[in-house]
Amino acid sequence: MKRFAVPAAIFLALAFLPKLSVDIPYLFEGGLNTPGTLELMALCLLFGGLALSYDLLFGFTGLLSFGHALYFAIGVYVSAIAMTRWHWDFWVSVAFTAIVGFLVAVILGAVSLRVAGIAFAMVTLAFAQAGSILVLKNPYDWTGGEEGFGVDYHQLPAWTVGILNTKNLYWIALAYAAAVFAIVRWAVNSSPGHVWQAIRENELRVQVLGLKPYTYKLMSFVLASMLATAGGVVYLLLLGGANTDVTTASFTLTLLLMVVIGGTGSRWGAMIGGILYTYADHRLGDLSSSHRVSTLPAVVRTPLQQPLFILGVLFILVVFFVPGGLTRAGQVGVRLDRILRRPATQEEVT
Amino acid sequence: MSTFILLTITGLGLGAMYFLIASGLSLIYGLMGVLNFAHGVFLTVTAYTLWFTESKLGGLPVLPRFLIAALVGLVVGTVFAALTELVLIRPLYGRHIEQVLVTVGLALAVTALVTAIWGSDARVVVAPAWVSQTTTVFGAHIPNDRWLEIATAVVVLFALEAFLRRTRYGLIVRAGVENRAMVTALGIDVRKSFTLVFAIGGLAAGIAAVLYTLYSTTVDPQQGTSLVIFAFIVVVIGGLGSIRGTAWAAVIVGLVQQYANYYASSGLGDLSVVLLLGIVLILRPRGLSGSFA
Repeated sequence: MKRFAVPAAIFLALAFLPKLSVDIPYLFEGGLNTPGTLELMALCLLFGGLALSYDLLFGFTGLLSFGHALYFAIGVYVSAIAMTRWHWDFWVSVAFTAIVGFLVAVILGAVSLRVAGIAFAMVTLAFAQAGSILVLKNPYDWTGGEEGFGVDYHQLPAWTVGILNTKNLYWIALAYAAAVFAIVRWAVNSSPGHVWQAIRENELRVQVLGLKPYTYKLMSFVLASMLATAGGVVYLLLLGGANTDVTTASFTLTLLLMVVIGGTGSRWGAMIGGILYTYADHRLGDLSSSHRVSTLPAVVRTPLQQPLFILGVLFILVVFFVPGGLTRAGQVGVRLDRILRRPATQEEVT
Repeated sequence: MSTFILLTITGLGLGAMYFLIASGLSLIYGLMGVLNFAHGVFLTVTAYTLWFTESKLGGLPVLPRFLIAALVGLVVGTVFAALTELVLIRPLYGRHIEQVLVTVGLALAVTALVTAIWGSDARVVVAPAWVSQTTTVFGAHIPNDRWLEIATAVVVLFALEAFLRRTRYGLIVRAGVENRAMVTALGIDVRKSFTLVFAIGGLAAGIAAVLYTLYSTTVDPQQGTSLVIFAFIVVVIGGLGSIRGTAWAAVIVGLVQQYANYYASSGLGDLSVVLLLGIVLILRPRGLSGSFA
């Protein structure tokens, strides 16, 4: 029972945040219940959940995909197109998006999983790139090309529209994060979940035991993709529109950064990574335009203007010195020692 | 007919560029098992060094100015690639995923840094007038830079082949691609050739960057990344670790992209390349050359 109590208590506590009017200086611009802060926290939670869906592939099954953005983008674009261009009802659009997301994940997953390892990474990258090009090409004026488009808000449920309802959006993002957490927890502890982790450790051995890794990998791929598609719909509700950023390869790379910074193969690790990354990405941008930074010399100031530079460097440092991610930072000392003192063994050279 | 010739030569020029980028990626992967995401950064470093050097050499005439700038760009790009291997990849030997992650981090960080310093807008490079003039072949007016791209790629292909087949270092690299453990067991420090392969990959990518600068006459922080995605596709289609497979795949991808963009509709060329990748993977999961580790 205790195992369920801790996450439940944490998510419940987060649910009460919009009711507090506390002002946390430095951490947030305004009070906790102001729309700006709620929006930022909602984005953080959304990306926490999305990072965890990516970790299901990368951390738990050992599949390095560079195309996760595609399924997120399907969630954003298909639902936005269904509501805005075809004037479908919100729930019909959501159901349709789920079906499209499922079919695309099954078909593309079936093709890409024919190759393994790095080739799999490149193939998923190529498919995601195809999606990105399709969106830029703006077929039938559906996607709005480079500019993207705003969703027709008449089709959205009334309680999600308008600045006063930001707290509802926050709860939706929180519900998404909690749902992804619960589903990933259930899936990883199920019997296919054990096979996924076995595949991550030693795929050949799984094969020798008489199991087909391909089927299990496809299950993991489809589940992770569906969770990302759901995240795309939440993103659309939060931002009220679709933009090309979510289709790019860089978007998937940022998910990878989140997961590795937080800690791979760990539910809290991936989620905290996603939250920290999104928070840093937004707040570093504000920081670079603040007064204290603008008085710094140009050599220091210029790199600070690009959050991605700082996060990229942080990411490299984490890979080098904290391989388990920040949530497993206890092992730092050991790893440093190993890198600096121990000569490379034969195993490492090969 | 003249349109077809123009498309073919342009497609070959594009394929030449893909080959220059993909050959380094393919060799690095074949020898070390590292998918080098930072390969686009090698292009960016060379291109920006070229632009920067050129903008500092105001007084000289265009041709020598461009040549000097290109040379400086190539040297800096090659050194940068070798340093990437020495500083970032070497300490992580044997941990392939971590090595890929580090190259991803480097790619994002350097692109962001370049954007922070010089902005995200394209910067103009002055190219010698000759490259933008056209040569008429069978009624088709073909820009001269296409010939330069094709000729350079052919020279690089033969140079790489000669290096791999005729020199001792090439022999070690080929043997390392085949069986790295055995090369190490024979008492050869295979890690030296890792740095070498990175430097060669960086040089080839730098040459591609110089040619691309001649073609577009601009440099911008994102162009390296966008070219590298197609180079990845070329590497997978050609079969990882095979130079000849990469060359064939580069030609096919370049031609398919040009034909589809013109005869079907613009933008469709990129999609058909991805489709081609899907077909190749279904029919031959190990790529055209089938020599994938």
